[in-house]
Amino acid sequence: MKTEEVTAEVAAKLIPIYIMGKKYDVPESLTIMKAMEYAGYKYIRGCGCRGGVCGACATVYRKPGDYKIYTGLACQTVVEPEMYLTQLPFYPANRAVYDFAELEGKPEDVFELYPELFRCVACNACTKVCPMDVEVLDYISALKRGDIKAAAEISFDCIQCGLCASRCFAEMPQYHIGQLARRLNGAYLTPRAEHLKTMVANIEAERFKEGLDSLKAMDTDTLKETYQDREMEPATAGEDWAPKDNTYL
Amino acid sequence: MKLSYYPGCTLKTKAKNLEVSALAAFDALGVEYEEMQRWNCCGAVFSLADDDLIHMVAPVRDLVRAKEAGSDTVVTLCSMCYNTLARANDLMKNDKEKRNTINDFMDEEPDYAGELRVVHFLNYLRDDIGWDKVKAAVKNPLTGMKLAPYYGCTLLRPKEVAIDSPDSPVLLNEFIEALGGEITDFAHANTCCGSYQVLGNPEAALKVSYDILTDASANGADALVLTCPLCDYNLGRRQDAMLKKYEGAKDMPVLYFTQLLAVALGLPVETCHFELNRNSTIELLQSRNLLEKVPA
Amino acid sequence: MPLIISRRTSDEKFREKVLELSGEEFMKCFQCGTCSGSCPMTEHLDAFPRKVMALLQLGQIDALNEINTPWVCASCHTCMVRCPRGVDITKVMEALRLTKLRQNVNHIEPSNLQPEEIIDLPQIAMVSGFRKMTS
Repeated sequence: MKTEEVTAEVAAKLIPIYIMGKKYDVPESLTIMKAMEYAGYKYIRGCGCRGGVCGACATVYRKPGDYKIYTGLACQTVVEPEMYLTQLPFYPANRAVYDFAELEGKPEDVFELYPELFRCVACNACTKVCPMDVEVLDYISALKRGDIKAAAEISFDCIQCGLCASRCFAEMPQYHIGQLARRLNGAYLTPRAEHLKTMVANIEAERFKEGLDSLKAMDTDTLKETYQDREMEPATAGEDWAPKDNTYL
Repeated sequence: MKLSYYPGCTLKTKAKNLEVSALAAFDALGVEYEEMQRWNCCGAVFSLADDDLIHMVAPVRDLVRAKEAGSDTVVTLCSMCYNTLARANDLMKNDKEKRNTINDFMDEEPDYAGELRVVHFLNYLRDDIGWDKVKAAVKNPLTGMKLAPYYGCTLLRPKEVAIDSPDSPVLLNEFIEALGGEITDFAHANTCCGSYQVLGNPEAALKVSYDILTDASANGADALVLTCPLCDYNLGRRQDAMLKKYEGAKDMPVLYFTQLLAVALGLPVETCHFELNRNSTIELLQSRNLLEKVPA
Repeated sequence: MPLIISRRTSDEKFREKVLELSGEEFMKCFQCGTCSGSCPMTEHLDAFPRKVMALLQLGQIDALNEINTPWVCASCHTCMVRCPRGVDITKVMEALRLTKLRQNVNHIEPSNLQPEEIIDLPQIAMVSGFRKMTS
């Protein structure tokens, strides 16, 4: 029996791209990462989550007739005709060695570990190159003036790809500095959940033991009944509503 | 006239005493201002190389921010920031080629051509508020306080941005008079404190600062009046090193002109953050009954 | 210091470089010495500003490489506001610093600052110090 060969009428259109200077024709709908694999490259570095959050596949590229430097994550960026690209899977960046427990959450912690912070000339190359649109200059500026909290908030989306450090005029490792700021903010500056401490103490003091034990001891029918008869906060209850049984409050 | 306030990197932490007292004085004198949004460090020193444009980017970016906010004037409290911003402003106003290159480079920002006016709070007080208005607002005249006006470098040099005569300045003198204080003139009033050489050649910076303080003290000053956080470090904090190194060195109270202003205007002592000043400064003010209580 | 002034010791390229970097006509200097009289740092200098200008005019790059003057200069601008020839000596000092710094050589090393120093220094000191003395 003859099998009919079905050829797809609309094959993916091939476009030329340049990977590290060498020309390849790749399907136009692919991401840079898929296009490189299509071209025969096998990833052992420069590839990670394939989902835009790990920072392994930082890519730098240019477009024809355009002097600008463009960046993107290879796993997220779709190829364009004549794209002229390379990956930057790693850029050496000075990472200070420190014992976090010895820090105090003060701006001087950052200054001491990264004095090169003060070499920043606000050229903004870091912000321009960030594939996650993080306002790198803004968080570096915040740290210079001692505002760890603002730096932590502004740098939140950083995925540590290293492109900022690769372009830095002052040779700073912005992403390491930002990470230190976020760690200091989390450990020392964000408000503590005091009610959590209280709840944990209550649990350890076996305050809920009796109630839980009695529930565990019930048979299925009584459990269902108890559940259906439970007291619920009415939808229209005011701020001052309280349950009749306040044993576990 | 919409006033854009540019703090500078040190004023939120180590020079809080300069900022908080100044902003309280702004309010008391009815000065409307807005802190610049998204400001970055101006670089503190103006780059002097003829071909260097990258170091202009930081101060120009701040001027752009002020312009974006609809301001026509930028006011600073730090003398070094004043000098850097004013010189960068002049460059953008007068040098067409450099202006175009810088604007082209900063393609993510709107173009800037030196449209704004840059002032230091001192010349703003003199020119826009006026000494009469300041005098009228004084509640605690600094009677009997012998104050040595220390100008430093960056308010007076180079001539293009000088807010007063480089060699015969009177501005701080007029300020002290308006607050009811007495002026102690001394030869080193506009001699450099050593500036950034506190990093490169700390012995040299220590010696020039020591010479300034000794001169003020020899002329009978009760305290030195400052306008710049780096001067405050060299002439204030480093006095501990001076007292160790130089026999006969005396502890001299130093304070910012804005702290004096806040005290004279009768503003709450918390606005002055005297905990960041030398103990001798606090003791001096207490002894003249200019502080109601010692700050914690 | 004894100087041998000849075509061999006079570096024309160096003089042109400093002229370019500073944009200042230092050949106009007529050695009046007002700058030396104004400089607050003279006590700590190998050569006063006037001498530096003389050495520069004679293209004495080797002698200039030995002296500490540009590295002790605090850019206070007192010399230039008083110079009767209108030479911006501060810019000349900056140019002399840059002939070294632009070879990617730092005069002070940020990473060598002691923790106690960094904690005590105001940000303005580090910003200005690094701008003037690092590449």
